[in-house]
Amino acid sequence: MKTTPDNSGDVRLSGISKTYDNGFTAVQPLDLTVPEGSFFALLGASGCGKTTTLRMIAGLEEPSSGTVRLGDQDVTHLPPYKRPVNTVFQSYALFPHLDIYENVAFGLRRRGVKSVKKQVEEMLELVQLGEQARKKPHQLSGGQQQRVAVARALINHPKVLLLDEPLGALDLKLRRQMQLELKRIQTEVGITFVHVTHDQEEAMTMADTVAVMNGGRVEQLGAPTDLYENPRTTFVANFLGTSNLIEAEVDTKNGADIVLKAGGGKLVLPEARCSAPTTAGGKVLVGIRPEKIALTHADDAGSIPEGRNRVTGKIADASFIGVSTQYVIDTPVCDEFAVYAQNVERDGRLVPGADVVLHWSPAHTFGLDAAQDIDAGTEEEAA
Amino acid sequence: MPVVNWLKRRLVVIAGLLTLAYLLLPNVVVTVFSFNKPKGRFNYEWQQFSTDAWKDPCGVADMCGSLSISLQIAVWATVGATLLGTMISFALVRYRFRARGAVNSLIFLPMAMPEVVMAASLLTLFLNMGAQLGFWTILIAHIMFCLSFVVTAVKARVMSMDPRLEEAARDLYAGPVQTFLRVTLPIAAPGIAAGALLSFALSFDDFIITNFNAGSTVTFPMFVWGSAQRGTPVQINVIGTAMFLIAVLFVLTSMVITNRRNKQKA
Repeated sequence: MKTTPDNSGDVRLSGISKTYDNGFTAVQPLDLTVPEGSFFALLGASGCGKTTTLRMIAGLEEPSSGTVRLGDQDVTHLPPYKRPVNTVFQSYALFPHLDIYENVAFGLRRRGVKSVKKQVEEMLELVQLGEQARKKPHQLSGGQQQRVAVARALINHPKVLLLDEPLGALDLKLRRQMQLELKRIQTEVGITFVHVTHDQEEAMTMADTVAVMNGGRVEQLGAPTDLYENPRTTFVANFLGTSNLIEAEVDTKNGADIVLKAGGGKLVLPEARCSAPTTAGGKVLVGIRPEKIALTHADDAGSIPEGRNRVTGKIADASFIGVSTQYVIDTPVCDEFAVYAQNVERDGRLVPGADVVLHWSPAHTFGLDAAQDIDAGTEEEAA
Repeated sequence: MPVVNWLKRRLVVIAGLLTLAYLLLPNVVVTVFSFNKPKGRFNYEWQQFSTDAWKDPCGVADMCGSLSISLQIAVWATVGATLLGTMISFALVRYRFRARGAVNSLIFLPMAMPEVVMAASLLTLFLNMGAQLGFWTILIAHIMFCLSFVVTAVKARVMSMDPRLEEAARDLYAGPVQTFLRVTLPIAAPGIAAGALLSFALSFDDFIITNFNAGSTVTFPMFVWGSAQRGTPVQINVIGTAMFLIAVLFVLTSMVITNRRNKQKA
């Protein structure tokens, strides 16, 4: 079923933007290329312009500027029913007056395909709904409806499948299951998937490439691991997982490393991992993921190997959550330093009130421009 | 005490039955008296059982003629009001245009206004225009007052329709016409059907507005009214009973069909 790559499934957005009649700009001019056959996620909080971008690819929204190309074809001004693109809508938008079979057959019938029976039955088998063919959408569960929506779109063999928060209405367990299911289907049919979601875990589990959007712009684009390990803005650092961000001042440069001053101590940051300009005396934000940090009781501080970044502090809170323990540590550089420690060998002295040393490899440190809002993309800000 | 408890447990059923009896009693009287053989001209007292009137329903002069006029007017008024009303509903829900708010409230005026006022003003209008009173003036008047009911019924349906359904249709290769015929119309259909049924019933039994604007044309309600002053033929009860039975038959058939469909699916 896999199509030969002829780039006809590439999605190319150039300078595309959307400003509504009321003056609200949902999408700032952006360029984006989604390579054929990839699973691409547009990730962002609500109102960041991700759904508008998706709707412009579908043709349901007319861009205010720029072009949409599918492969070599310019589809900017084509109506949705003339684009080789199909959408899985949020809340599915199944036709309530038609049964499952007719819902799935809808696209084929509209294109004048005479015998739809075989294809519809095959497609219903693919999503394991062969038994439910003659039921109406409201008689199915949420997960089943979701699969019908996917089948209804996929049966048309679109060049690109667009998914608008397809798992948003499902409960957590079903969502995990459907994530794997969708990933399996995508690998099987080899169609380009563009997936809109606000769930960072969902984007990271499913997508080959993730574009993080904020305020109508793409903040950063890359593979999930790349985005997670090397965030280039505070928004990405905070929105994808959790980051500890420390304000620091550039002291000296030492070969490929930058030495920074923060709260009386010194931290080392590889220059390659810093997206901000680093002139001596300038400010940068130093970031470190909570799970990269090791925690040692202050009495054992001597056993910490040389060359690691260190910060001293006092445990403010510890919560045991099974696989790991999450600590909140009060330090001179940051009063809510998050540390996730795996429960391999638990040190009984690490309880709230204990003095500790936090240490990590400089290679795990990243540097960001200090001119940004340090809380961008955190849950506190969103609330 | 057991009696009180027994009553308590069946209160809803008893209240339901009483209401139903209250609603149906007039129909029962009409049906019973359609088998009467009255002595004088008035069919108000039970004399003896007879099927004479059922054997010869059109035996009264002009009655079936007026029935036919009423049916024709009802059919055309239903068609006209449903078509126009459906279009108005879509325009009001889907588009933002000047005076939309005004149209939205004006359309409901005929429902709120006393019929006799509307009847008189329509007559004034027709007379000033020099229109010939008759079939067409009745039809125009009926379409006008049926419109509000159709708009009310269809608008509710269109407003509750998920706009994503039409987007999904367009996304699945349906052009504007196909989208309307395959998705929009079927989903709006229950509202449209309700509006049409209301229109038919309202038009068929309207008396006040019709009486003002009929000229020399006589519809069935006008015939009944006219004969009630001179004597009521049993045939009026026959027509009334027949209409009631046809309506019941319609409802039963549709219920049986829905039940059977649901059973097939399950």
